[in-house]
Amino acid sequence: MKYVPDATADRQFESDNTVDRVGVDGLLSELDEYAVEQALQLKEKTEGEHEVIALCVGPEKAVDAARKALQMGADRAVHVVDDAIAGSDYVATSLVLAKAIEKIGTCDLVVCGMASTDASGSVVPAMLAERLNLPQVTLASVVEAQGDQVRIKRDNEGSTEVIGATLPIVLSVTDQTGEARYPSFKGIMAAKKKPLETLSLSDLGIEADQVGLAVAWSQVEETTERPPRTAGEIVTDEDGSGAVALAEFLASKKFI
Amino acid sequence: MSEVLVVIDHAEGEVKKPTYELLTIARRLGEPSAVFFGSADKADAVAEKVKKYGAEKVYVIDDADVEGYLVAPKAEAMQQLAEKAGGEGGLAAILFPSSFEGKEVAARLAIKIESGLITDAVDVQEGPVTTQSVFAGSYTVTAKVTKGTPIITVKPNSAAPEETEGAAAVEAFTPTISDGAKTAQIIASQPRQSTGRPDLTEAAIVVSGGRGTGGNFEPIENFADSLGAAVGASRAAVDSGWMPHAFQVGQTGKTVSPQLYVANGISGAIQHRAGMQTSKTIVAVNKDDEAPIFELVDFGVVGDLHTVLPAATEEITKRKG
Ligand SMILES: Cc1cc2nc3c(=O)[nH]c(=O)nc-3n(C[C@H](O)[C@H](O)[C@H](O)COP(=O)(O)OP(=O)(O)OC[C@H]3O[C@@H](n4cnc5c(N)ncnc54)[C@H](O)[C@@H]3O)c2cc1C
Repeated sequence: MKYVPDATADRQFESDNTVDRVGVDGLLSELDEYAVEQALQLKEKTEGEHEVIALCVGPEKAVDAARKALQMGADRAVHVVDDAIAGSDYVATSLVLAKAIEKIGTCDLVVCGMASTDASGSVVPAMLAERLNLPQVTLASVVEAQGDQVRIKRDNEGSTEVIGATLPIVLSVTDQTGEARYPSFKGIMAAKKKPLETLSLSDLGIEADQVGLAVAWSQVEETTERPPRTAGEIVTDEDGSGAVALAEFLASKKFI
Repeated sequence: MSEVLVVIDHAEGEVKKPTYELLTIARRLGEPSAVFFGSADKADAVAEKVKKYGAEKVYVIDDADVEGYLVAPKAEAMQQLAEKAGGEGGLAAILFPSSFEGKEVAARLAIKIESGLITDAVDVQEGPVTTQSVFAGSYTVTAKVTKGTPIITVKPNSAAPEETEGAAAVEAFTPTISDGAKTAQIIASQPRQSTGRPDLTEAAIVVSGGRGTGGNFEPIENFADSLGAAVGASRAAVDSGWMPHAFQVGQTGKTVSPQLYVANGISGAIQHRAGMQTSKTIVAVNKDDEAPIFELVDFGVVGDLHTVLPAATEEITKRKG
């Protein structure tokens, strides 16, 4: 799960071209709520044989993302926090996540959101699968599991597909999997008593120089705020005048 | 000049326009070699196509080796090809279309060959230096890969395809695929029915409808057809079951960057904007003059789409004569 700056706020960059994660309020990436939801639903279907562990990597405040997952119903949470991680790219992030999953122990299923709402790269699940040497089954819109068999439905670029795989796998789910639950008052109270473990890089056996901005395999050189669009022409339709003005505009731009 | 690998975007051997854009971009970085994942009997026809956009070589990786599985086998194949291609000097870059599949193969490859990855580039210049549009289009970012072979995924409409003759020498490449890579299996695949309209992500004009259509997409479709446009939808329209998910524009749908985007009965939520804000010209029809979409438009009509669009369609048809 990722802790991200609120998309409805004015998101910005720091002077070192990393994302400003302090000046803008953060929250659990909305698309990761669907991942938490799926994990909870799959657990509920296996009648408590499994445990849902929420994992996030990020600054101190990212613990809020872990808390939200606990409130939704996750059994425990792990938050990897270390100053050296700041500015990490996809590659380093996937390394930290993979090491944390190995440390947690055997996982039958790693569920991710389809993308984060800030970078929207959609590549961390694939990198994680590569590092854990597991199959990746991504962009699920429907998930069904029975024993160690998983079947998912998804919309691919030009087709609708059914994918079958045997656990363990890395799964990513879309917002088509169904609304994520809101934490109930009971859930919020219960979350306070649930275990929330904090891990540092050394707990994971990662050297500080394997992660962070300085060693990122790709680096942002410049960030420029896009000039606001200059106010366009707006007409009010009266007796068909809107349609004529619209056609006129399209013709002036050579679209007709 | 060093070799640049360009992974061909195609459906059953029908090469898609983003491939030509990628080849055009690749020529700024080195000598383009196209990589065709597909049936060997379609290879010559594909080579004919990419030859016109300067592909010097065409590596053919026959489907049979990778077909029927999700991306892991393709990533293994790309790793083996990347190690072999390029010769002494290595590869200048590896370019993928910025589809989900393209991005996922690129992601696994980046870890395998210890190379940096940049996704969703909207421009790539010598260096290579990439440009990306982030935070729903509110920032432009330039970036560079600092380790290994730059792996870059490029969005459609990032370059105007330029024709130039290449040698397009066809070379079969047979990777060794591990059993481990063949564990996520495609059990069934149902191609989407063609609407006869342009493909949403590649179209020069996109006309979208939202909740304001009230479920009647006919005015949207007729208007789109008068302009030769693709049809899109907001999530509200998709969630209501009025349009299939494949038509959704936005954060969790398709990202489009056409010459012209027309939003009808769409309020302009941040998640919708994330998928269309980089369109060159934006037009909206909405009956609420305070709809946030009007902040983005080059031209807006405050009015009921059910009357404005049919009249505009008629006007356009008349003008076309
Ligand atoms: C995690 C997440 C992901 C999301 N991903 C996406 C995404 O990919 N794409 C997306 O679109 N949304 C997405 N959304 C949803 C988004 O927040 C909005 O809810 C959605 O875009 C609203 O769709 P709309 O504009 O069609 O509907 P509304 O916001 O209800 O707007 C309807 C508009 O139609 C106008 N209208 C009504 N009747 C007429 C008429 N007769 N003529 C003209 N105008 C009329 C109204 O004035 C109004 O402005 C996502 C949300 C979340 C939380």
